[in-house]
Amino acid sequence: MENKENILEVRNLSINFKTYAGTVQAIRDISFDLKKGETLAIVGESGSGKSVTTRSIMGLNATNADVVDGSIEFDGQDILKLDEKELSKLRGSKIAEIFQDPMTSLDPTMKIGRQVAEPLMIHQGLSKEKAMAKALEMLKLVGITNAEERINDYPYQFSGGMRQRIVIAIALVNYPEILIADEPTTALDVTIQAKILELMKELQTKINTSIIFITHDLGVVAGMADRVAVMYAGKIVEYGTVDEIFYNPKHPYTWGLLGSMPTLDTDEDVLPSIPGTPPDLLEPPVGDAFAARNKYALKIDTIEQPPFFKVSDTHYAATWLLDDRAPKVTPPADIVKRQEHFKNTKQG
Amino acid sequence: MLDKDAPKILEVKNLKQYFNVGRKDEVRAVDDITFNVHEGETFGLVGESGSGKTTTGRAISHLYEPTGGEIIFEGKDVSKLKTKKDEKEFRSDIQTIFQDPYASLNPRMKVKDIIAEGIDINHLAKDKADRDAQVEELLETVGLNKEHANRYPHEFSGGQRQRIGIARALAVKPKFIIADEPISALDVSIQAQVVNLLKDLQKKRKLTYLFIAHDLSMVKYISDRIGVMHYGRMLEIADADELYAHPLHDYTRSLLSAVPVPDPEFERQREIVDYDASVESDGKQRKLVEIAPNHYVRAADDEIQMYKDRLNS
Amino acid sequence: MADKAKQLPKDAFEPLSDGAHLDNEKIAAPSLTFVKDSWRRLKKNKAAMISLYILIFLFVVSFGSALIPAFSSISTHPNLNNLPPRIPGIDIPGFNGTLVQGGARVNAYTGAAANHYFWLGSDYLGRDLFARTLFGTRISLLIAVVATFFDLTIGVAYGIISGWIGGKVDTFMQRVIEILLSIPNLVVMILLLLVLKPGIPAIIIAIAFTSWINMARLVRAQTLELKSQEFVLAARSLGESSFKIAFKHLLPNLTSVIIINTMFTIPSAIFFEAFLSFIGIGVPAPAASLGTLISNGQKSFQFLPYQMWVPAIVLSLLMIAFNILGDGLRDAFDPKSRE
Repeated sequence: MENKENILEVRNLSINFKTYAGTVQAIRDISFDLKKGETLAIVGESGSGKSVTTRSIMGLNATNADVVDGSIEFDGQDILKLDEKELSKLRGSKIAEIFQDPMTSLDPTMKIGRQVAEPLMIHQGLSKEKAMAKALEMLKLVGITNAEERINDYPYQFSGGMRQRIVIAIALVNYPEILIADEPTTALDVTIQAKILELMKELQTKINTSIIFITHDLGVVAGMADRVAVMYAGKIVEYGTVDEIFYNPKHPYTWGLLGSMPTLDTDEDVLPSIPGTPPDLLEPPVGDAFAARNKYALKIDTIEQPPFFKVSDTHYAATWLLDDRAPKVTPPADIVKRQEHFKNTKQG
Repeated sequence: MLDKDAPKILEVKNLKQYFNVGRKDEVRAVDDITFNVHEGETFGLVGESGSGKTTTGRAISHLYEPTGGEIIFEGKDVSKLKTKKDEKEFRSDIQTIFQDPYASLNPRMKVKDIIAEGIDINHLAKDKADRDAQVEELLETVGLNKEHANRYPHEFSGGQRQRIGIARALAVKPKFIIADEPISALDVSIQAQVVNLLKDLQKKRKLTYLFIAHDLSMVKYISDRIGVMHYGRMLEIADADELYAHPLHDYTRSLLSAVPVPDPEFERQREIVDYDASVESDGKQRKLVEIAPNHYVRAADDEIQMYKDRLNS
Repeated sequence: MADKAKQLPKDAFEPLSDGAHLDNEKIAAPSLTFVKDSWRRLKKNKAAMISLYILIFLFVVSFGSALIPAFSSISTHPNLNNLPPRIPGIDIPGFNGTLVQGGARVNAYTGAAANHYFWLGSDYLGRDLFARTLFGTRISLLIAVVATFFDLTIGVAYGIISGWIGGKVDTFMQRVIEILLSIPNLVVMILLLLVLKPGIPAIIIAIAFTSWINMARLVRAQTLELKSQEFVLAARSLGESSFKIAFKHLLPNLTSVIIINTMFTIPSAIFFEAFLSFIGIGVPAPAASLGTLISNGQKSFQFLPYQMWVPAIVLSLLMIAFNILGDGLRDAFDPKSRE
């Protein structure tokens, strides 16, 4: 496997939020890398901290956010130490973000051509004519039919899928090094979603950008990601290549997530589900935060947080089950099937 | 469980639901659909946005007055219920679980009052103690604690709120539940919890479900039969397994090809099938035709043979 | 490895006994009702809290003074008229009983007045201005609150009915409002006062008659929004009658809008009443409201400025405080400004 270089390095990031009820430990000591040209998927449910993570990369957290520790290295600088002026230079030019709701991501009173051209005028200092010409190219690239005429239309004249394409055009017009996509297709119909994801993959090669893709939909992850990081209660609990995570998962939470999604040939009467709800991060539980919902939990899970155990050079999981002293555990049936498939393909 | 000989509890015949009729902005949300639901089964109604599936659900529960067609529930025409007694019975026989866990509970009411609203309207409780006992039992049935009765909706997570909504629907002891995208707004692991709960309740209380959704993998898992809607029309109806194994209508094929699967190898070689919706407005007369036993497709006369060929290929 | 340094129990790697650790549905935070939450947010707004205290103070003092005979029946002393404020023990010009007359500061409390103290001075009939101001404040507040109460009931009912029923009824009701709005409030009020016998009830009716419209519109807008919310649909599908839905589901969710609007209607009513009294068709003598006091004071403003300053300051204070409090409440009630 070629050793791609890291363009983003997050180290020991911890972020708290001050609320009326106390301090919420939204992110608790996470570290990960983004390699050039790859798509890293961050998977997690509500409250896992995935959105806070990406907002920290863009410096967009609310004012009651407190960076307790850690660094985000990009382009030789620590993003956390930049001031607002320096951050604005990065946003929209080197790091771009697209959000979930295409209805509210666009300015309803500005023509779309202008919205796509704006980042060019701001960051590259292009004149209005030159910027609009490039904007037109970009709109064609993202698949807006009849772009020459539609460049003067307003967002309300487009459907949801089309609007998301425009949002993508705005994000990519400056050929950013990193594109953060925060659940970009969750609000779209399934057929539109498939097309938008296809578009993103195409554009990734053309623009040569690295993507951080946030989602809770494992099907989308399987189709888009090169590497996956699974987050739970403010921590990364498992990360690896997409094949390793889907065919050889080691963390019980990952097992639970994979099990909760019926595939088209799921036959069981009862869908394996994870009982309960994610913990309150006002007072994170001692030890492993997943223990209260984990039927494979060991006593040590209530005493101490598990460190990362190495499964392979690229695959790590934070679960005491991987410790030498832990008893051997048989994962649920559907996971066993996946692991068998993994063993077979590795040898084949 | 599908008992093919079970009587029909719901018959929808040529239902039409139009809004702003006759005006320039007329919307034909539901445009002449026909289907039946048998006692004890789960009928999945699938469609994307604009398909009319939610409008169908609301028309069936008589939240809208149908523009045309008939809705026959337990042998009685829903829009012709005359006496108050009939209306009340209908309202306690059919209940709805809504999509948005954040908007479907009154933020100013305590959970126990939300759940007991149906009990109060139908005078199902003898006194306050009985009412409280019923609410407690319902909370436990849906997997919540009885202490939750005195709290307010905003203190709960999405999945828990959805369960409160289920408890509210169950309070009037319905026979038929319309689940309108009950899991779309929930996290993946919570979706499985709620779906398991619904299946369990169906067995224990002998319920019939109309499960409206756009998530095809979950719909297949929970449904016995599935109907696919698009732009207000019913395009295909079949048993769940049959629909996924042999999708006949172009739209159904397109829909299935677009569903993401948590399997990287499968995803790598998946190809999306495109659907050209303009075919639907080409002027041909179409209706639901039984191409194979219990497998219906909306077809024009000259397309029937094509579908039959597809089935056999 | 780090854990070697810690003392772990011998059975640290044993599985946890089935289910004992699975405490899935507990809610950790204490119950926070909507009222408690809003109050907490209001407390953070210093300006709103100060306004609240000022208003409480003014209400208590002006209504409480009715129980003290010296303040409820104010006697006239024609020989002690037009005396400036004199507070025992304070020697600041303006409060020590001196006036500027003919360019020089002169002690006005001479002769029969030598042993009297009027804290805020006396008016042209020798009445204690402090007592008169309290009385006036009481009347102004009374009129404003009662008028607001009426406008609240009419406005809320009109708004809910218009919004809930919708369709042609709503269109008709809104057109009626638009017609009423096109007639200037003041004209309506003056006409009403000419028809009805002048007095406090007449003023209350006149004010209520014109100010319910704003409440009706706001309530209708909010009702329209609530109508399509799923919890209202759920109530309908349970078979709840429209009347019960209005009380159980709509009203509790309308309270924020109603309270906030009330906070702005009251100062508006106070002002209208003051204006009517100022132009002479308001509260009849010998009763007084802040408006009549200002009107009387205005006549001799050049020589006896305190006679107008005192009621004017109280009136301004009332209105500003209500407005700031209304603003603060609006922020406190808004769930979107949740931190």
